[in-house]
Amino acid sequence: MLEYINKIKEISTKLLEEKKVDMIVGFRKGSLPMMNEPCFAKNTEDIQSFVWDSNCGINLANYLTNRKEKIGIVAKGCDSRNIVTHIIENKINRDQLTIIGVPCKGMIDRKMISDMFDSEITEVTENNGKITVKGNGFDKTLEKTEVLQENCAICIHRNPVIYDELVAKEVEEQKDVDRYEDVRNIEAMSPEDKWKTFDDLLKTCIRCYACRNACPLCYCPTCFVDEAKPQWVGKSQDPTDTRTFHFLRAFHCAGRCTDCGACVRACPMGINVRAFTKKLEKDCFELFNWEAGLSIEERPPLDTFKPGDPDEFIK
Amino acid sequence: MEHMGVEPDRIQFSWISSAESTKFVNVVNEVTKTIKALGPNKNFVKRPVEETVSKVA
Repeated sequence: MLEYINKIKEISTKLLEEKKVDMIVGFRKGSLPMMNEPCFAKNTEDIQSFVWDSNCGINLANYLTNRKEKIGIVAKGCDSRNIVTHIIENKINRDQLTIIGVPCKGMIDRKMISDMFDSEITEVTENNGKITVKGNGFDKTLEKTEVLQENCAICIHRNPVIYDELVAKEVEEQKDVDRYEDVRNIEAMSPEDKWKTFDDLLKTCIRCYACRNACPLCYCPTCFVDEAKPQWVGKSQDPTDTRTFHFLRAFHCAGRCTDCGACVRACPMGINVRAFTKKLEKDCFELFNWEAGLSIEERPPLDTFKPGDPDEFIK
Repeated sequence: MEHMGVEPDRIQFSWISSAESTKFVNVVNEVTKTIKALGPNKNFVKRPVEETVSKVA
C-alpha cells in the first residue's frame, strides 16, 4: 500500500507541476476509521494528504459529472468502468481526463467489521493483507480476504480498464467466481416469497437517498423522487413509495451498473441495495452478453437495436 | 417486476399493428382472462384490498 500511495503522489505532483490537469481527485483520511473521503487536490500541498488503503470504496467517477476543467483521477477497476460509462454518456470528455489507474484487491466492509465489536473502533491499520482493529478494550487482527465488501469478493475487473498511468503492476483477476448466487436464490422463490424478501430488505429504509447520491450513475439534474410537478412517487416512508424508489432507481441503472458497491457502502441502515441492481446486471450479462463500462467504443444494449435481441416476452 | 414478486402473468407485453384488430381483441380477452384468474393485485397498492372492500360495504 505504501508503494501505491507514493506512486500516486509522485504521478499527481508531476501532473500538477506540468499543468496537465487543474486538479486531482483522490482520497484522504476521513474523520473516522475506515471512512476515507474524496479529496480534490489543486496544488502539490493538497497532494500530501492523499492516502491509499482498503477504505477507498467511494466511487470517484461520481465527482466528474459535467466538470469543465482538466482532471486527474485516481481510479480502481470499478471507478474506471464508471469513468467509461460517463464518457459514453457524454458526462465528461476523455481528453479532459488523466486517469491514474490503481490495481485493486478489494475494499473492506466497514459495517461487517463494526458489527464484530461491541464498542467503538478507534483505529484500523493494515499490513500485508492483515487488518488490525483497535478500540477500547480490544485489539484484533483479521484477514483482509475475510472482511471484503461483498461486491469486491466477487469482482472480476480489479484492474482499471482505462488509464493513462498505472501505479503498480496489474493484479491477478479472480477466476471461477460465482457472481450471481444471491440473485439465483431469489429467482428460485415463489412470487410471495420474493415480495416478502424485498419487503424485509427495505423495512429499515429511511429514504435518505444516500445510495442515490453516492452512485455515479445517478446524475440527473432533478431526480424523479425530488420532482413535485408531476409528483411521480410519494415522499413518505410508505412501503409502496420506498419500493418504487429503489425499484425505479435500479431500472435507471440497467446496463450501466458496474456493481461498484457505492450504494451499499453509503447506506446508513446497512441495506443491501445491490439486491435490486444486481438482477438487472445479471440479465444484461445473460441476455446481451454485456458488462457495463468495459469499452468506450461499444454502445450499451439499451441504446442500440440488434435484430437478434431477445424478444420472447412480447406476445 | 417478476423478480420483485409481481406474479408472472400480471404484466404482459404485446406488439399489435393498428391493422391487426383480431389480434388486438384476442390479446385483450386473453389478458383479461389471466388477470381475472389471478384475482385483485395485493402488492404495490397503498391500501390493502380487504380494507377498501370493507369500507365500501
